[in-house]
Amino acid sequence: MYSTSYHRASSVADAVKLLKKAEDGKFVSGGMTLIPAMKTRLAAPSDLVDLRHIAELKGIRISGKNVTIGAGTTHAEVAANDKLASVCHAIVHMASHIGDPHVRHLGTLGGSIANNDPAADYPAATVALGATIVTNKREIAAEKFFTGLFETALKDDEIVTGVTFTAPAKCGYEKFRNPASRYAMAGVFVAKGKDGVKVAVTGAGEDGVFRSREIEAALTKKFEPSALEGMTVPSKNLMSDLHASADYRANLVVVMAKRAVAAANA
Amino acid sequence: MSEVAMVVNGRKVSGAVEDRTLLVHYLREHLGLTGTHVGCDTSQCGACVVHMDGKAIKSCSILAAQASGADIVTIEGLADGADLHPVQAAFKEHHGLQCGFCTPGMIMAATDMIRRHPEGLDEATVRAELEGNICRCTGYHNIVKAILAASKTMAKAGKGKTKKAA
Repeated sequence: MYSTSYHRASSVADAVKLLKKAEDGKFVSGGMTLIPAMKTRLAAPSDLVDLRHIAELKGIRISGKNVTIGAGTTHAEVAANDKLASVCHAIVHMASHIGDPHVRHLGTLGGSIANNDPAADYPAATVALGATIVTNKREIAAEKFFTGLFETALKDDEIVTGVTFTAPAKCGYEKFRNPASRYAMAGVFVAKGKDGVKVAVTGAGEDGVFRSREIEAALTKKFEPSALEGMTVPSKNLMSDLHASADYRANLVVVMAKRAVAAANA
Repeated sequence: MSEVAMVVNGRKVSGAVEDRTLLVHYLREHLGLTGTHVGCDTSQCGACVVHMDGKAIKSCSILAAQASGADIVTIEGLADGADLHPVQAAFKEHHGLQCGFCTPGMIMAATDMIRRHPEGLDEATVRAELEGNICRCTGYHNIVKAILAASKTMAKAGKGKTKKAA
């Protein structure tokens, strides 16, 4: 790891101040992606501003079907929240399958979406749930938040403070894990709510998370796995690497969508 | 440089470290606690697992500065003097190790796993929960056996305690 300077922020305002003083600073929350990236020298921020101890970023609030999850909430905390499970089981199931138990103890919702790894799970969940990403400056629809591979609409000194969404009537998430890295080679989050059916795909797209309009159209007619029987989705713009070709991923997307619908209807 | 202070295995420690110092290096090189291992250095193998504020974490993926102020328990902090922790005893009894390199991380992961499942564990859960710990010798069978056995022993001991308290 290259040399860096560590700063612990006590509030969001303090974090912004600390970052502004830095030459090439980065916010760190759980650090489950950033610290490994720094170890391999893929990232070399001059300064790290630690958000992990900011109380205002933590916690899950539920009022009826309306859910707010603080950006500093860990995957383990989301996975263990029974009240959230009763309102939106799929997001709890999803969080309980991110990384491994040790990673889930530190990794956070805010960190995951701000990093926007093309195989991360939360981007698919937030897009399919039609979530709003709340920052210290504004509110952004999840679909507009993710702008490409590891790219988001966030400005340099902008911090994700939380995510809000209204739990849909039905939702489900299933992913096919790479046998070695355990990252999603295709992960599909399906949701059927007031605004219709939304289907978001992670792990497969060249530009990260995307909505599959083909699957949405089929599930709008009938929200059952059988609606996707024999269906194909275009492999254009899907990732192709040594683990799977774009065609293979296209097939996986449909298979995972079927399983996600089955989970949503269960 | 950062001034870090934390509690490690019940003992207050502090010192000046480079900001980029990983917690595992602070434990091993500054405190001489070499039970915590560095296996892969890519955050995958889990040989470096310790408990921070009661939760299992990978000490190779967090800076010592990030952990400043925390309560850390390493493999050296589990046994009660000469008496092995029930998980350590179960690994010995069930031959849950061969070369032993992954064992500190396995045992720290196992104690955390048992804590999070007071209702008890089954084989499928143990195998799924071992996602973040790699062993290249045993094929996991005896590790799983050891964790299941320790979980039962600790549940019994826990009940005993409640009875006594009552």
